[in-house]
Amino acid sequence: MEVTELVVYGSILLLAAVGIWGILSRRNLIKLILSLTILETAVNLLLVSVGYISGRSAPIVNGDTGLDGSPIGEIVDPLPQALVLTAIVIGLATTAIALIVAVGYYRSTGTLELKSWSYGLTNEKEVRK
Amino acid sequence: MMERYDIHRSIPAILLALLVAATIFYAFVEVGFGEPEVDKEDSVSNRFISNSTQETGSSNFVTAVVVNYRGFDTLGEVTVLFLASAGMGAIVSALPAGDKRKRPIPPSLILTAGTRLVLPLIILFGAYVFVHGHLSPGGGFQGGVIIASGLLLYIVIFPEWKAPHKALALSESLAGLSFAGIGIIGLAVGGIFLDNVISGLGEAGMLVSAGLIPLIYIAIGIKVGAEMTGLVARMKGGDA
Repeated sequence: MEVTELVVYGSILLLAAVGIWGILSRRNLIKLILSLTILETAVNLLLVSVGYISGRSAPIVNGDTGLDGSPIGEIVDPLPQALVLTAIVIGLATTAIALIVAVGYYRSTGTLELKSWSYGLTNEKEVRK
Repeated sequence: MMERYDIHRSIPAILLALLVAATIFYAFVEVGFGEPEVDKEDSVSNRFISNSTQETGSSNFVTAVVVNYRGFDTLGEVTVLFLASAGMGAIVSALPAGDKRKRPIPPSLILTAGTRLVLPLIILFGAYVFVHGHLSPGGGFQGGVIIASGLLLYIVIFPEWKAPHKALALSESLAGLSFAGIGIIGLAVGGIFLDNVISGLGEAGMLVSAGLIPLIYIAIGIKVGAEMTGLVARMKGGDA
């Protein structure tokens, strides 16, 4: 197992673990959304790393590789990168909606903690009973 | 308010997170890192790499896949962004008004002058990135986000600025319409929706090349820039 592999897969595992732990254990809405984004980053990194091939360059042809010759064998797999581009944009859309819902929650309750919502109650007195 | 460390919630969460990490590890430890799977004769990537320079004229393979081979998918992606932006607008208009008592500290002269100096350069760089999407790393989404980041700087430094939501919505709609219109041109001329009918135009590697790809990326860049600016301006609150 070479060093690059260890670093890349290690960061993927770390990011996935941190994201899942954050989603399950945090009650603050901003921290929840952040955890979701961290988990998303882990998935994107995983997809890009699957397409990586040792010693090859980015999937762009230029003067060095030559436009006429076939670039097969010189570039990494472009397909996972294209799919991750889509995944990033969709993730951004969901994060934006989640954040504006968090803004609405803050404006109507004055807090970002999810404590009062988890019992289906919005009245602070009823939660304390 | 300090967040209390809830041990009953954290221990199962840590266990589950470690379980998921271990599952990912065992699933991918066999795949092999950096091995040339792509060179297999029948793989989709191999098909794209072998033919995309001739078929699309694009020097950037990721752009060729995103805009040409998976162009319909990208149209759907742009629609998702539009839905997010429209959904945010709908949610914001239903929200109670924000707290306006806190007056922001006015920014210093260095910040205001620096922002006025840097903003046009950021917008120019964003436009450069989406115009050259078929030649260099980047493209419509990246360039649009760069433009929106410049306007985010402007919104942060000048909080009193009201974002022109009508103009943003207009440019967003026109850019989206031109993307769909380019698709319909492909349908009318080539018989396939989003067909790259003028892919042979120009020399590969030059600015005028790759047929309809730069036009589509310019439309996406304008659309994403307008949408993201609208999102950020709505996030600031105050105005609906």
